[in-house]
Amino acid sequence: MRHIISVLLENEPGALSRVSGLFSARGYNIESLTVAPTEDATLSRMTIVTSGSDDVIEQINKQLNKLVDVVKVIDLSEGDHIERELMLVKVRAVGKDREEMKRMADIFRGRIIDVTERDYTIELTGSGSKLDAFLKAVSREVILETVRTGASGIGRGDRVLKL
Amino acid sequence: MEISGAEIVVRCLQAENVEHVFGYPGGAVLFIYDELFKQNRVKHVLVRHEQAAVHAADGYARASGRVGVALVTSGPGVTNAVTGIATAYMDSIPVVIITGQVPTHAIGQDAFQEVDTVGITRPCVKHNFLVKDVRDIAATMKKAFYLAASGRPGPIVVDIPKDVTAAKARFDYPESIGMRSYNPVTKGHGGQIKKALSLLMKAERPMIYTGGGVVLGDATKELTQLVRKLGFPCTSTLMGLGGFPASDAQFLGMLGMHGTYEANMAMQHCDVLLAIGARFDDRVIGNPKHFFDEKRKIIHIDIDPSSISKRVRVDVPIVGDVRDVLQELLKQLGSGSAKQDAASLKTWWAQIELWRARDSLKYDRASPLIKPQFVIQKLHETTRGEAYVTSDVGQHQMWAAQFYKFEKPRRWINSGGLGTMGFGMPAAMGVQLAHPKDTVVCVTGESSIMMCIQELSTCKQYRLPLKIVNLNNRYMGMVRQWQEFFHGNRYAESYMDALPDFVRLAESFGHVGMRIEKPGDVEAALAEAFKRKSDLVFMDFITDQAENVYPMIPGGKGLSEMILV
Ligand SMILES: Cc1cc2nc3c(=O)[nH]c(=O)nc-3n(C[C@H](O)[C@H](O)[C@H](O)COP(=O)(O)OP(=O)(O)OC[C@H]3O[C@@H](n4cnc5c(N)ncnc54)[C@H](O)[C@@H]3O)c2cc1C
Ligand SMILES: Cc1ncc(C[n+]2csc(CCOP(=O)(O)OP(=O)(O)O)c2C)c(N)n1
Ligand SMILES: [Mg+2]
Repeated sequence: MRHIISVLLENEPGALSRVSGLFSARGYNIESLTVAPTEDATLSRMTIVTSGSDDVIEQINKQLNKLVDVVKVIDLSEGDHIERELMLVKVRAVGKDREEMKRMADIFRGRIIDVTERDYTIELTGSGSKLDAFLKAVSREVILETVRTGASGIGRGDRVLKL
Repeated sequence: MEISGAEIVVRCLQAENVEHVFGYPGGAVLFIYDELFKQNRVKHVLVRHEQAAVHAADGYARASGRVGVALVTSGPGVTNAVTGIATAYMDSIPVVIITGQVPTHAIGQDAFQEVDTVGITRPCVKHNFLVKDVRDIAATMKKAFYLAASGRPGPIVVDIPKDVTAAKARFDYPESIGMRSYNPVTKGHGGQIKKALSLLMKAERPMIYTGGGVVLGDATKELTQLVRKLGFPCTSTLMGLGGFPASDAQFLGMLGMHGTYEANMAMQHCDVLLAIGARFDDRVIGNPKHFFDEKRKIIHIDIDPSSISKRVRVDVPIVGDVRDVLQELLKQLGSGSAKQDAASLKTWWAQIELWRARDSLKYDRASPLIKPQFVIQKLHETTRGEAYVTSDVGQHQMWAAQFYKFEKPRRWINSGGLGTMGFGMPAAMGVQLAHPKDTVVCVTGESSIMMCIQELSTCKQYRLPLKIVNLNNRYMGMVRQWQEFFHGNRYAESYMDALPDFVRLAESFGHVGMRIEKPGDVEAALAEAFKRKSDLVFMDFITDQAENVYPMIPGGKGLSEMILV
C-alpha cells in the first residue's frame, strides 16, 4: 500500500544521503522524496512517498527512527492528512491550442506564470492524482516539458509534527 | 589557552580513559601522531594493516566491555579499515574509528589519498561525522563515544581533515552530551513485561533463546537467575555463548545452522518462546516460513525496535535494555502468584532429553587422524575452560563454538554477522591487551590465518603471548563442505595449495612454532604450549581433511531438517 511519511531531521550535511542510502540499501521503494529546511533552521522536514506491505512499512518507520540524525517520524497515512505537489508544465500555445491551454489551466485552477508567443508555462498544485489528471487531459504533443516536486504532506487539525 | 586540533583529539582520548589506540600512520594524521608521541597516557599499538587495527579495537571492546579505538590515515588507510568497521557493525560492537582526511580546501578535488570516508562508511556504521571546524572536535568526540556504547552499540567514524588538526581552539570536554534526535529506550514497558510473564506461566513447552544482546548488555547474572527460577530450557546463538553457563543442565547448546539437535528441535516445537537480545538471524531459524507456527507465542526483548518483528512476527515486543527488563521480570516473577504448569514442563523436559540423547555432536574418537573436535575438547581441558577464545571463520569456528564450553560472557570472540576471515588474530591482540594476565587463544584455519598473518609482527613488537591453534585441513573446509553437500563434490578452488611451513613462518617472526600430526600428541603439545606463558606459540594441527561440521541445516530449510552424523 502507498504510504506518505513525514520526517523531521537535523539540518546537517549528509542527512539526506543517510535517508536515501537507507532506502536503497534495504530495497525499499521511494516514489518521491522532498526535503527543505523548516522555520527552525536547524531542522529539515522530509516527505517520503513509499509503498510496501505492513511489515515493510513498519521496518521503514523503525529504520528511519534509528538514524541518529532523525528527530521524529510520522506516517501521515495513518490519519487524516493533506498532500500537495507542485508541477510546472510548459505547453505549446499556438493557434487553437493557445485558447485551449488557457481554458485547461483555469479548469485545473492553475496559473500561467510565463508567456511567450509560442508557449505557456503553467503552475499547478494539488494531489498527485490531480496533476496526473491534468497531464492526461491535455494532448501529449502539446506538452513540451514538465517538472514535479513530489508530494509534501501535513496532518489535518491538531496532528502536528513538531519538536 | 588554545591548543591544536590534534592535541584536542588526544586530550579527548585521555578524558575517555582510553588505554590503547590501534593504528597506522600516514600524511593526514601526522599531527595527531605527533601529539600521541608527546604523551604517554594513551598507548598506541602499531598494527601491520589497517583492517587489523579495527579488528584489534573490536576484540578489545568485546573482551572488556569498553569502547575500542582505532586511528587510520585518509584514502587507503580508510578503505583498508572498512572490513573491520563492517565486522564491528554487524555484531554491534562499540568502536570509535578516527580517520584522517585531506585538508578541507582539498575535499572534492580528487586530492592525493582522498576518499569520501563518510560516504564509503555510511552503510556500515552506527553513525559518522566529518569535523570541519576545530571547535567541534571535542563535542564530536564526546558524541562518538556516547553513541558507540549506548543503545544498540556500534562503530562510529570521526573523519578529521588535516588542516582541522593543525588549527587551534580552546579545549573543553563536555561532561555529558544530550542529543534531541537520539534517545534509546532502556526501561521496558511494565505492562508488556506483565503480559510476557503471564504467557511464560501458561507455557506448556517453553523455550528461552538468547543472543549477543545478553553479552553486550552484561545481563548474565539476571539471565541465569531467570532461567533457573523458571526451570525452562535455554539455548544461545553463536554470539550469545557464555551469556549463560554452558555446563548448566538447562543449557541445550547453540542453536541454528550448526546448532545441536536438542536446541533446534526445542526451538521449533516450543509453544512459548522468550527471545532475549537475539535477532532471528537466517543462520539461526533458517527459512522463516518453515519456522512459523501459528500457535507459538513469541516474546522478544531487544533494545533496538528494528530487531523486533523484522524476520518473525512477535506477539509481545519489549523494547529495552536486557538487564533492566530482566530485573523487572524477576521482580514481577517474585511477587506474582501465578503457578507454572509443572506437569507439562516435566513432559517437555522428557522430550528434550530424548532429543539430547541423540548426541548430535558425536564424532569418531578412534580415528588415526587428528579430529578437530578433539583438539578443541583438549584445548578446553588444558585451559580449564578459562581462556579467552577468538576465532576466524569456517569449520574451525563452528567446532570452537560447539566444543569449547563457555561458562562466562566475553570469553568467546568471533565475527558472526559478517563472517570475516582474518578477524581472529588481530582480535586476539586486542583481547590480550585488555587482559594482559589472561590466556588468549586464537582458533583458526590455515586459510583464514593467511588473511592477517602479518600481525605476527605486531604480536612480537608488543610481546603478546597468544596461543594460536591452527586447525590445518589444507582446505577452505567450510567451502569444501558446501561443495561436498550441494555441488557434487566439485571442490572448485577450495584446496589450499602452496601453504607455508607454519612452524618456520612463526619462527621467522620470532615466535615458537609446533606441528602436531598424531592424535596421541595433541594433549602433550597443548600442555607444552600453555606452559610457555610469555611466548606466542603457533600450533599447527594437521587435522582430518574430510571432517564436516554436524548437525547442519541446509540453506533455505527449516530447523527440524538437520543433516545429522
Ligand atoms: C560460518 C558461520 C556459521 C554460523 N552459524 C551459526 C549458527 O549455527 N548458529 C548461530 O546462532 N549463529 C551462526 N552464525 C552467526 C550468525 O551469522 C549471526 O551472527 C548470529 O546468529 C546473530 O546472533 P544474535 O541473534 O545473537 O544477534 P547479535 O548480532 O549478537 O545482535 C544482538 C541483538 O541484541 C540486541 N542488543 C544489543 N544490546 C542490547 C541490550 N543492552 N539490551 C537488549 N538488546 C540488546 C541488538 O539490538 C541485536 O538485536 C554463523 C556465522 C558464521 C560466519
Ligand atoms: C574475507 C572472507 N572471504 C571469504 C569468505 C568465505 N569463506 C567462509 S569460510 C571459508 C573457508 C575458511 O577456511 P579455513 O580458514 O581454512 O577454515 P576451515 O573451514 O577449513 O576450518 C571461506 C573462504 C569469508 N568468510 N571471509
Ligand atoms: Mg581449513
